[in-house]
Amino acid sequence: MRFIINEHSIEADVDVRTSLLDLLRDHLGLTGTKKGCNQGACGACTVLVDGERINSCLALAVQYQDREILTIEGLGTIGDLHPLQAAFIEYDGFQCGYCTPGQICSAVAMIGEIRRGLPSALTEDLALEQIGFSEDEIRERMSGNLCRCGAYNGIIEAIRATYAEESAQEREAAA
Amino acid sequence: MRPFTYERAATAKDAAARAARTPGAKFIAGGTNLLDLMKIEVETPAHLIDVNGLGFDRIEPTADGGLRIGALVRNTDLAADMRVRRDYALLSRALVAGASGQLRNKATTAGNLLQRTRCPYFYDTNQPCNKRKPGSGCAAIGGFSRPLGVIGVSEECIATHPSDMAIAMRALDATVETVKPDGTARSVPIADLHRLPGTTPQIETALDDGELITAVTLPKPIGGTHIYHKVRDRASYAFALVSIGAIIQKDGSGRVAVGGIAPKPWRVEAAEAAMPGGARAVADGLLAGARPTQENGFKLTLVERTLGAVMAQARA
Ligand SMILES: Cc1cc2nc3c(=O)[nH]c(=O)nc-3n(C[C@H](O)[C@H](O)[C@H](O)COP(=O)(O)OP(=O)(O)OC[C@H]3O[C@@H](n4cnc5c(N)ncnc54)[C@H](O)[C@@H]3O)c2cc1C
Ligand code: SF4
Ligand code: FES
Ligand code: FES
Repeated sequence: MRFIINEHSIEADVDVRTSLLDLLRDHLGLTGTKKGCNQGACGACTVLVDGERINSCLALAVQYQDREILTIEGLGTIGDLHPLQAAFIEYDGFQCGYCTPGQICSAVAMIGEIRRGLPSALTEDLALEQIGFSEDEIRERMSGNLCRCGAYNGIIEAIRATYAEESAQEREAAA
Repeated sequence: MRPFTYERAATAKDAAARAARTPGAKFIAGGTNLLDLMKIEVETPAHLIDVNGLGFDRIEPTADGGLRIGALVRNTDLAADMRVRRDYALLSRALVAGASGQLRNKATTAGNLLQRTRCPYFYDTNQPCNKRKPGSGCAAIGGFSRPLGVIGVSEECIATHPSDMAIAMRALDATVETVKPDGTARSVPIADLHRLPGTTPQIETALDDGELITAVTLPKPIGGTHIYHKVRDRASYAFALVSIGAIIQKDGSGRVAVGGIAPKPWRVEAAEAAMPGGARAVADGLLAGARPTQENGFKLTLVERTLGAVMAQARA
């Protein structure tokens, strides 16, 4: 099977039962993506496929051949952090760090969803394509990522600070 | 997970025919429910037929002013479609009230309708469960039944159908389009898709073995105020204890479907005549014949109060 992971083409011969998560961690050594619940309930395994966030634990690797898969390793490196990674450090967006790769991958895609005008459970007027960037809106949209350490406030701050332009517009609109 | 063989279906007819012919075959779409259940061996298909390559990923207008939603349209894309947001807002609202952003990106229209119950004993293979293992008993009756059903249930099973989307589809009078293994197509009204458990809780739908859902059609829009109100144990990313999907017109008339209480989206058309009279009368009609357990009787009150809140919101 051929996979495109973090812009590299990779061949791997795996059992058809292998989840995308296990392919990454156990077969390719990409252990940045974490296994929390293994049942879609925590978001620790979040990766991006063609720019969209999914839970890699509930995905069969065989179904993701030739799709663009992006993991935390592809988002930034220690020498060259993604702005959101830097913000997680600055704003204490983690304690143990186990949920962090999933939080960051999820947030990167979540920003894309807001920019594309996708509604959420908090969207009051569904006809509007301009979606707000309020704290509540981010909390709702990030609800698929749990943090046992409860670093939620730092996570939200890091996201808002990184995408400050949108947050500023939101504050302006509220004023 | 038990071993299985895997193939990608080439056409809908072929998929249906092969599913009916191959012992233990199952379709896989988003996989968010099926794979979860396969890991814990509640589902043990011997063969998976991947339907993701079949197309069915478009939302198109129908000749009579409605909308035809492909079986493989992702929940995210369906909730975001401007025609749905404008004319069938209840559907958008129910979708975004369910699961998480990640899951909605994978979950499909057909998979969502056919997702299985979240009864905790159904998930625990050490427990008796008539749905998972016919004749083994029901651990939920007399067990932890707080999240389970209060109406439409039986002596054999009190599980609920967990879908939020299906509640909206029921209130919108959707029709499910399928292809049978012999290649013929048929339309099933959403009201008839899910079956009540009776003495055979393992049989959950009206679909034949191998029958493939290709689309869900919505009739022409009926206007009104669309409200989906979901009550759950945490504010997001949790299944409903009770949910109300309502479409309410200016004169107070309307439609109501209820989630979290029954083995199928629960709607009693006759009870809707009482809508201008207020929540109590409608709830009485909706819940006539309810059989709650000691742990979940609160759902009866919760339905009435949630409906009251929805009606007040529609008036405001
Ligand atoms: C943690 C978690 C939280 C969730 N919370 C919610 C929630 O709050 N509200 C809610 O409504 N849902 C919730 N869900 C469930 C989610 O919505 C479903 O898992 C999803 O909609 C299933 O769609 P799928 O395409 O992934 O289905 P799959 O898992 O691929 O398939 C489900 C079933 O449908 C069958 N099937 C699929 N496509 C077809 C077809 N075209 N024709 C015939 N049969 C078909 C499969 O064989 C299988 O039996 C949650 C799930 C998880 C894991
Ligand atoms: S309620 Fe239904 S699904 Fe739950 S244990 Fe009883 S038989 Fe099984
Ligand atoms: S490990 Fe995938 S959601 Fe928890
Ligand atoms: S930082 Fe520990 S789980 Fe989130």
